[in-house]
Amino acid sequence: MKISVIITLKKDVLDPQGKVIHQTLDGMGFNDVNEVRQGKYFEIDTKENDPKKAKDKVEKMCKQLLANLVIENYKIIDLK
Amino acid sequence: MKSSVITFPGSNCDRDMDVALKKFGFKNKMVWHNDAELPKSDLIVLPGGFSYGDYLRCGSMASKSKIMKSVINFANSGGMVMGICNGFQILVETGLVPGVLLRNKYLEFICKNIFVKINNKTNRYFNNIKNNVLEFHIAHNEGNYFCTQDQLKEIEDNDQVAINYCDKNGKVEEHFNPNGSIKNIAGIFNKEKNVLGMMPHPERMIDNCLSGEDGSIFFNNLINNLK
Repeated sequence: MKISVIITLKKDVLDPQGKVIHQTLDGMGFNDVNEVRQGKYFEIDTKENDPKKAKDKVEKMCKQLLANLVIENYKIIDLK
Repeated sequence: MKSSVITFPGSNCDRDMDVALKKFGFKNKMVWHNDAELPKSDLIVLPGGFSYGDYLRCGSMASKSKIMKSVINFANSGGMVMGICNGFQILVETGLVPGVLLRNKYLEFICKNIFVKINNKTNRYFNNIKNNVLEFHIAHNEGNYFCTQDQLKEIEDNDQVAINYCDKNGKVEEHFNPNGSIKNIAGIFNKEKNVLGMMPHPERMIDNCLSGEDGSIFFNNLINNLK
């Protein structure tokens, strides 16, 4: 089954890339943007077919490798 | 004194470190990341570079490599482990030292000489060193040290800050902070002070023709402390 994960920076962590993207959008005429935060997106295709087990495994992957929990949050968004 | 430098795919300061360690009397061995066992060592060094192409997060892949299990055991049993630049990034990813290293505040790769103030000399890295300020070299894109407020409190309560960015007189101010690190932190210890992670490269300052010799002061002192 396929599982999608989004990793985002925690609220208090400075995101200089997001800031520059925001400024660039501003310069292009998109003046109504309040803030841009950049994150990461993963699609994981696993042999596990039990949704609950698959989700648990991906959660472990997030905690141990995909996210650094000091600065990032993870969210499992999609199970197919 | 025996040392080992770990080479990861993408390490590029491993041979510089080898030259530096040998120059000051270490018998150094190079160790491949895919080996399982460490040679008998008094000091393990994780060198600078771009291990695994900085994929995912700097140091994250290297922190899970085969040899790191042995390095973590070595560190947890009191062994001296020093991570420089990418080596520091690997150390934070293993959790041996607290915090993380974010992208530099102004998004630029910084490559220049800087000064650092030694914050804590009651450890085997900086004990007996006469200087309070050393000139080292930095070359990094992700050196912006960050940790949570709780971690910062713990770090300060345990006196774990090793070095701070400063001016040549040792003044630690935001103005002398090259990358946005919290409290100008350039290097940090674990609680027990046997593990040191720092962004500056002492191995790049071991000869006058390399723009300075303050690295020589550091390595000479280090080997004497380990004897």
